Amino acid sequence: MDLVLAKAMPEDKANAERAADNVFAAARGRLPGVGRIADIRARAFEAYERVGLPHRRVEEWKYTDLRVLMRDVLLLADTPDASALRRAQAAVQQAAFKGAIKLVLVDGVFVPSLSDVAKLGKGVIVRTLREVLESSASDAMAGLVLSTTADAMISLNTAMATDGVVVTITEGTALRRPLHVIHVATASAASHFTRSYLHLDDRAQGTVLESFVAAESAGGYQANNVKIVLVGNQAGLSHLRVRADAPDAANISSEIIAVGSRAKLNLFDMARGGAVSRYQDFITLAGKEAELSMNGVNLLMEKQHADTTLVVDHAAPHCVSRQNFRAVADGAGRSVFQGRIIARPDAQKTDAKMTMRVLLLSDQAEADNKPELEIFADDVNCSHGATSGGLDESLLFYLGARGLSENDAQALLIRAFLGEAIEGIANDNLRDFATAQTDHWLKARR
Amino acid sequence: MVAAQETAERVARIGVDQYRYGFETLIESDKAPKGLSEDTVRFISAKKNEPAWMLEWRLQAYRYWLTMTEPTWARVHYPQIDYQDIYYYAAPKPKKQLASIDEIDPEILKTYEKLGIPLREVAILEDVEPPPGGEQTANRKIAVDAVFDSVSVATTFKAELKKAGVIFMPISEAIREHPELVQKYLGTVVPISDNFFARLNSAVFSDGSFVYVPPGVRCPMELSTYFRINERNTGQFERTLIIADRGSHVSYLEGCTAPQRDENQLHAAVVELVALDDAEIKYSTVQNWYPGNSEGKGGIYNFVTKRGDCRGRNSKISWTQVETGSAITWKYPSCILRGDYSRGEFYSIAISNGFQQVDSGTKMFHLGKNTSSWVISKGIAAGKSRNTYRGLVSANRNAAGARNHTTCDSLLIGDKCGAHTVPYVEAKNSSATFEHEATTSKISEDVLFYCIQRGMSQEEAVSLVVNGFIKEVLQKLPMEFAAEAQKLISISLEGSVG
Repeated sequence: MDLVLAKAMPEDKANAERAADNVFAAARGRLPGVGRIADIRARAFEAYERVGLPHRRVEEWKYTDLRVLMRDVLLLADTPDASALRRAQAAVQQAAFKGAIKLVLVDGVFVPSLSDVAKLGKGVIVRTLREVLESSASDAMAGLVLSTTADAMISLNTAMATDGVVVTITEGTALRRPLHVIHVATASAASHFTRSYLHLDDRAQGTVLESFVAAESAGGYQANNVKIVLVGNQAGLSHLRVRADAPDAANISSEIIAVGSRAKLNLFDMARGGAVSRYQDFITLAGKEAELSMNGVNLLMEKQHADTTLVVDHAAPHCVSRQNFRAVADGAGRSVFQGRIIARPDAQKTDAKMTMRVLLLSDQAEADNKPELEIFADDVNCSHGATSGGLDESLLFYLGARGLSENDAQALLIRAFLGEAIEGIANDNLRDFATAQTDHWLKARR
Repeated sequence: MVAAQETAERVARIGVDQYRYGFETLIESDKAPKGLSEDTVRFISAKKNEPAWMLEWRLQAYRYWLTMTEPTWARVHYPQIDYQDIYYYAAPKPKKQLASIDEIDPEILKTYEKLGIPLREVAILEDVEPPPGGEQTANRKIAVDAVFDSVSVATTFKAELKKAGVIFMPISEAIREHPELVQKYLGTVVPISDNFFARLNSAVFSDGSFVYVPPGVRCPMELSTYFRINERNTGQFERTLIIADRGSHVSYLEGCTAPQRDENQLHAAVVELVALDDAEIKYSTVQNWYPGNSEGKGGIYNFVTKRGDCRGRNSKISWTQVETGSAITWKYPSCILRGDYSRGEFYSIAISNGFQQVDSGTKMFHLGKNTSSWVISKGIAAGKSRNTYRGLVSANRNAAGARNHTTCDSLLIGDKCGAHTVPYVEAKNSSATFEHEATTSKISEDVLFYCIQRGMSQEEAVSLVVNGFIKEVLQKLPMEFAAEAQKLISISLEGSVG
């Protein structure tokens, strides 16, 4: 792909749109799927083109204006070559979670040689998106995996997705080892699009990690990934995501999740890299008595911009949901949190709580919080809370008086502040993993 | 328990459809031709004998209005308003030049009597003198400016206010008598290029109240305006401007009613408040426009722009509102906290029943240093209504030490209504401390059971819980209004229980 062309792209809107058109036209030959799939892609791209990159006049993207932050969509990254894979391997080793089964995507392409597909146990089926889209036998599956919403960035992903993992955990299977999906970027100034699918059948249990990392010297890339997750009745899923992208990269992550009755979903998301990152999650509690626990941490410095946007839709009665999010913004970092709890007319006895707290460490930092409640059922208990503020001077003084350096004192308080969200991770090992990630950020902050 | 009993009795006497203020007064009126054009604006300006600068100002607003399309982002739904099908000016036809309040059309006076507003000062003057050392008479007095359709019909206690130096008069008079003050402040808080409905108001507003409290003066009595829409097919566009000069204090109340009608009527008012150094303005509203009947037919569209500017250091503006009426309420009384150490407050009770729609809340802009704001919003949704709280709290880079606390609670009565909360909280300063909390729930069955078990009826029990839920805000209302508001609330919720 022509790197020079991508860089030379002019900034005004008309040209940006032409550039986007070029992006799709240029990639078309490489996108898996023909016939119906190709039609779905073309329609999705049309839907994207009608509105273009989301901007501040689009209510859902009010605080994250991609026309300003991303300017335009870069050309699709090349298929990684041998040297790219070598660099990717080093990054994978660093990011790997001990004991997990790795599934590695490099620049949007699944790489079997870096993955542990052979170690998959019984009851777990992993296919690549490419396989699913190219096989005529899995037509229905393909439609499901490529299902889309009105969101422009999801439409763009539907059009452009090159690969991804399609995972099914069969009925009653309990995963013995966690799956770890690792996205590695090796190309600079290019985009990659992945679409994954995760299905836990009834009474299945599993832990799935997902990491976003950059290989050495990779930067300025745009990662757009969408994941569709179905959690069956009485199934249990722990899902932890860490986005540690290159400091000048953009990461737009979307998840569309449906949770069955009496299922338990434990989610955690962390952003500690990337110039622009957005994590948008659309969760439907579709079966009664489902339980959702979501936690997250955004760590920002310099000019980083991190946006967490959640829609938790209580569509069935007797469901419980808890969201607990923390952000720390240093430098000119900007933290955005939008969370909406919906209780549908039938969702009686809904119990939902959402908390968002932001710690501002500098006067250049910014926190924008928009927690929403949309309640149509009367017998519910819903609440949200949002706060923003700086570190407590008196606490810093207390710690200073006991001999801690200012940096150590701050780190201690920040760790405690973040701890409230990290504690929500049910699994001990995953919690340690998340804590290690925050320590990494605190060290970099010094 | 006596109070609960009283409420329940009163509620029992009133059917859902029996809006207490739904009568119509038959008086002759003087209307501008239907529709909106530059000519309408000129007509209104001419009717009011306005100076040339005022007409120019209106025309400019009208031209701005033409360039804008009606906003649709709020969570309210209504059929397209035909702006050419509204009378923009309706005034009770003057029988002769009025010399005193006694010469006002007795029909109008009777209307206000029915509303329970004593326009005649004599009513208060005849009151028993307080015992020596007791409460001052002034404390019980309320100066009233009554606005009937488009014009102010009477302002009471003018003389006594004048002695204190307070100017309280219809804004149409103020434009003629105090042009320097009006020119200095009008449109400085809500400019003519503001939102769609504010632009419309600036072009066609017909009357409203004007208050100026000079430096260091504590206004000797509560000021009050009663708005009444009477004519058919009219829009009411009043404009209120209140200026509290350095170190002064004023408390202002407004109340509104309208006859029961099948068509919807537009009410697009603008209220501007300016508080200079150390000044304090307390603005209370009891809004009881006709909400439409039990099928959702008719009612007022209450699309109002209210904004206060804490321009001076240490100034304070406080909004208190009880919203029970209107088919649609769409407004966000706001405070611009410009002066250092200034403070904004917002206390609100918004009740919706039947098919009412409410999208209301507040905006607090923290600009100065060490500014603080406090927001308490209580929403009650019953019947098939939609009740949305939408609010903004923001601190800019220079707003060091800004402080906000927001509580918004919603109560749902019945399973056909909806309650939504949409707050925006934007902090650009690390020393700004913002807290926002919101809850939505229904009346706990345990509590109801407990009350009923002790001999209360279902209705009384609900009334008790509701009163407890909104007490925090009711306490902020001036005493005279608090009692009225409480009754109003129980009436509004009638028919929603069980």
